[in-house]
Amino acid sequence: MFGRLQPPNGKKPSQSTEAAVIDIRNITKTYFMGEVTLQVLRGISLKIKRGEFVSIMGPSGSGKSTLMNILGALDQPTSGEYFLDGVDVSQMSESELARVRNRKIGFVFQNFNLLRRTEALRQVELPLIYAGVPNRAKRARAALEAVGLGQRLDHLPSELSGGQQQRVAIARALVTEPSVILADEPTGNLDSRSGTEVMQIFQRLNREKQITTVFVTHDPWIARHTNRVIMLRDGKVVADQRVKQPLIAGEAERPSEAEELQGIFEATYYGGKKEEYT
Amino acid sequence: MDFTETLRIAVDSLLINRLRSALTTLGIIIGVGAVIGLVSLGRAVEDFIAREFESLGANVLEVRSARPSSPTRIRIQPLTTLEAAALAKPSIISAVRQVANSYSLFGQVAGGGERTSVQINGVSSNYALVRAWPVEKGDFISPEQEESAARVAVLGLDVVEALYADRRFDPIGQTIRINQRTFTVIGVMSQRGGTFISEDNVVLVPLKTAQTRLDNARTADGGYRVTTIYVEVSSEEAIQQATTDITAYLSEAHGIVFDGEQDFSVTSPSDILGIINQVSSVLTVFLVLIASISLLVGGIGIMNIMLVSVTERTREIGLRKALGAQARDILAQFLVESVMLSLLGGLLGIGVGWLAAQFGMLLVPDLTITLSLDAVILATTISTMVGVFFGYYPAQRAARLRPIEALRFE
Ligand SMILES: Nc1ncnc2c1ncn2[C@@H]1O[C@H](COP(=O)(O)OP(=O)(O)OP(=O)(O)O)[C@@H](O)[C@H]1O
Ligand SMILES: [Mg+2]
Repeated sequence: MFGRLQPPNGKKPSQSTEAAVIDIRNITKTYFMGEVTLQVLRGISLKIKRGEFVSIMGPSGSGKSTLMNILGALDQPTSGEYFLDGVDVSQMSESELARVRNRKIGFVFQNFNLLRRTEALRQVELPLIYAGVPNRAKRARAALEAVGLGQRLDHLPSELSGGQQQRVAIARALVTEPSVILADEPTGNLDSRSGTEVMQIFQRLNREKQITTVFVTHDPWIARHTNRVIMLRDGKVVADQRVKQPLIAGEAERPSEAEELQGIFEATYYGGKKEEYT
Repeated sequence: MDFTETLRIAVDSLLINRLRSALTTLGIIIGVGAVIGLVSLGRAVEDFIAREFESLGANVLEVRSARPSSPTRIRIQPLTTLEAAALAKPSIISAVRQVANSYSLFGQVAGGGERTSVQINGVSSNYALVRAWPVEKGDFISPEQEESAARVAVLGLDVVEALYADRRFDPIGQTIRINQRTFTVIGVMSQRGGTFISEDNVVLVPLKTAQTRLDNARTADGGYRVTTIYVEVSSEEAIQQATTDITAYLSEAHGIVFDGEQDFSVTSPSDILGIINQVSSVLTVFLVLIASISLLVGGIGIMNIMLVSVTERTREIGLRKALGAQARDILAQFLVESVMLSLLGGLLGIGVGWLAAQFGMLLVPDLTITLSLDAVILATTISTMVGVFFGYYPAQRAARLRPIEALRFE
């Protein structure tokens, strides 16, 4: 599917005058492991504006997670500048970074990262506790309702499906009303139905509340639901494109594997029965 | 982040690992339990001894003839009834309340078909009062009987048993012979003392009877010899001054110029009590030191478990940091956890120590074991300090974890 997309033609997607939520300039990341140094990010510059819904794609090892961790203030770049809401994050102390993570960023992980044996409501309250703000339970409940878990407030992770757990994690990311939600392969551990569910939520939050969302995915189908796709390869941006007509999660039926491969075969040894693969 | 949330997070974490938390506190429980138990037991023994002495009359000084400590004087001038009478005067001992005398000799006692060899004490009629030693049956020697040197006797319980084969036997009205002279039994003394000092193997007769009928105890100054003068003073605080006064008076009466030549001794029960208490405190301190070692081991146990816990919960710490926890939040969380563990151990240990002490009380019914407030405060403080001391390093390790590495930790 992405193979059919055209490489960037030099013309960037239309820039509005609106300030960028994320503005990184020439970010590099190098890991030093004894004698060996590994440059994972080789100069990445990006601007992501308020309300954008962006997916980052790229082969394994291309540096997607490394980039996300830097965007999420979990890690510092080796060089380059990072402005989050206009504030330079790349020079901050560990304590200031903790504040940024708490107030400005909502992170969603591939493996959910929920506390075990902790009720959903409590999980969602956690960032608010560290923020030291009042009305925690009320705000956490609202966030859980926003992800459709208003009825599961006192459920433990072990009592929730994978999709529901990820929705708790999304509620936790969104409860502080951050500037941006960052999700590293949020559907990676989910079956396609739960994945669609999660996508619906991301999409709705973005549509209705204009929550800036950036996420990593390997799945082109998932990426087609976003407005903008950034392709990484070997630590560089190789494509940054606007999606012509984003899909609405849950509306379009995902094509079966057979359909996706339609028209590429020249001979058929065994076709199976039609109903077996459609 | 407010402290109640820190507390709640710590409690939640401890509850998630219930069994481990319980086992970790065990070391502290044992340590504190041992300390509390031993301190309580030590106190109980001291109390018991104190009570035992109290029952002997805590405000009573005993004056006896004694060999001078200095070799420059060899002659021992006996104590006399005249000196005893002088000591009863407030002009000589300001705090004196009353003085009782006793004159002791050994004698053969026959009665009920048995005979036994015991100490015979001729005592003044206020002897029972001064020595806080009441009769159990019958009457004590009356002033008239003392005055008239009556041939009456009050028996100690051991003597009753020796003569009549049964401590519960009522010998009042029976005739006994002391050194071939006939006496009538008028009373039986109650049991005296218990574990440490027993005075039950004695026959009490009027002082004058002992001095004149059983012996010839006349002295050159016209009085009679006495063995012990019991000087009761108004309060325990007056004992020091009274000791000085008695020493001064008797030294002059005995013509003693130099210290060390005194041919008498003045002792108070509290002197002996002091020595016993000193020994018992040293013993208690020693035992508590040993018990503290188990507290140390308990503390190391907490440190060990907290280190394991930090390693095991690395991802949790990473997550908390990703959600915005400051290093100090993580430090506080783990420190509170370890303090809670040790404090809980301390409180349970107090309970265990108390139970152990109760058990000790079952074994030795004479002891009354109480949980002293200072021991409780000490145990609580120490266990809190153990928690802080041994929890700090693990907590600091947790606080210093870098979020990205912690999250990636497998
Ligand atoms: N802490 C580290 N130390 C050394 N090398 C690292 C470290 N973290 C990541 N790398 C390396 O950096 C490269 C990029 O890793 P990254 O996790 O960003 O890839 P990715 O695009 O997210 O891959 P995937 O799709 O498999 O998740 C990899 O080669 C990885 O081995
Ligand atoms: Mg990755």
